[in-house]
Amino acid sequence: MLNIGVLNEGIVIDHIQAGGAMKIYEYLNLEKLDCSVAIIKNARSNKMGKKDIIKIEGPFDIDLNVLGVLDHKITINIIKNNEIVEKKDLSLPERVTNIIRCKNPRCITSVEQELPHTFKLTDRENRIYRCIYCESKFRGK
Amino acid sequence: MRHLISPLDLSIEELEHILCLGQEIMESPEKFSHICEGKKLATLFYEPSTRTRLSFEAAMLNLGGKVLGFSSADSSSAAKGESVADTIRVISSYADICAMRHPKEGAPTVAAMYSEIPVINAGDGGHNHPTQTLTDLLTIKTLMGRLDNMTIGMCGDLKFGRTVHSLINAMVRYPNIRFVLISPQELKIPDYLRREVLDQKNIEYIETDQLEQNMPKLDILYMTRVQRERFFNEEDYIRLKDSFILDTNKMKYAKKDMFVLHPLPRVNEIATEVDNDPRAVYFKQAKYGVYVRMALIMSLLGLDKAKQ
Repeated sequence: MLNIGVLNEGIVIDHIQAGGAMKIYEYLNLEKLDCSVAIIKNARSNKMGKKDIIKIEGPFDIDLNVLGVLDHKITINIIKNNEIVEKKDLSLPERVTNIIRCKNPRCITSVEQELPHTFKLTDRENRIYRCIYCESKFRGK
Repeated sequence: MRHLISPLDLSIEELEHILCLGQEIMESPEKFSHICEGKKLATLFYEPSTRTRLSFEAAMLNLGGKVLGFSSADSSSAAKGESVADTIRVISSYADICAMRHPKEGAPTVAAMYSEIPVINAGDGGHNHPTQTLTDLLTIKTLMGRLDNMTIGMCGDLKFGRTVHSLINAMVRYPNIRFVLISPQELKIPDYLRREVLDQKNIEYIETDQLEQNMPKLDILYMTRVQRERFFNEEDYIRLKDSFILDTNKMKYAKKDMFVLHPLPRVNEIATEVDNDPRAVYFKQAKYGVYVRMALIMSLLGLDKAKQ
């Protein structure tokens, strides 16, 4: 596998569905971070065949649980002193705002652009979120 | 402060309270004719719906209150591009309660988020129309004397008919309710309703395209319109349309104490000859709609406890 330097301290977002890394990069607004970010696409994976990985250097504070909304197979490793100190399970937040967008053309959000796109978790088992306005369904990967 | 956005916003107890109050009003409306004196209802209708708007206005006038509002988006500030959030903040200082009709789904939810007065959803696109559901429930409760233990036939467009979806959602909360869902193949109830509501709650139901042969089973027949534009081709429409038209011949198969409901407007799905049958209660249902809206307005304004 392609080797992207050693991470002394930071976060590895692993098991992203192949092709999904850029979307995660955008959702987490990683372009605004002033630190090294490596995106590895189509890495070989025994479990998934192909996967994407994002490595982010340094300590930083972002809510990673939103990733669970998008792709529940994602795993998070927290690295300190070259070692994995924590493997995080993603829990599904009760509400997410401006992470997913309502695609229902009949929804009020389609005409009132400034409204926040908020979804609430209505079925944890099946990972189903619904738009708080029109109740359209969103289901992550 | 409470709003009514979805029919399921009300618990069974709250629903029972509003329906009982509706029945009390029905028995002696004069007792309630001054209860909303000095109060104003704003009817914010971003699309025309004469029947619903007049029903709300009649309800408020019957309670001694006053009404103001607009009846289409063209005559409102929406035409100038004002958002729902801004409109409701302004209206909050003009009125004590409002009823909102909007073509976009979720608009009343937005209004409720920014409003300082109770918001009643008077229909948001194909999404919710809770006061129609309250009307249907008051009609069933008053005529049948109960909301449990019955077989309800739903006939017509079960796919796009929001009144059908809301009524199913409301009725499955009561014990021993069975449904006979009568529609053309193309207009069967949406999959989510079948899976997430009927199957999940183990409700007994059958899906059929035969009205006549199912008539004897029914305690309530809820008719809706089958619109020509819902069909994929003209042939199917012509083949099927008559199967879903209720006439005196089909009424012969019904129980003597069955009731026919319809959210109106009716086009041709119920032959006018049925109107004289005492089991046809759709016009009575429209009248009950005013009583239940009176009860709802009182309840949301907190005037239900001061009624004597």
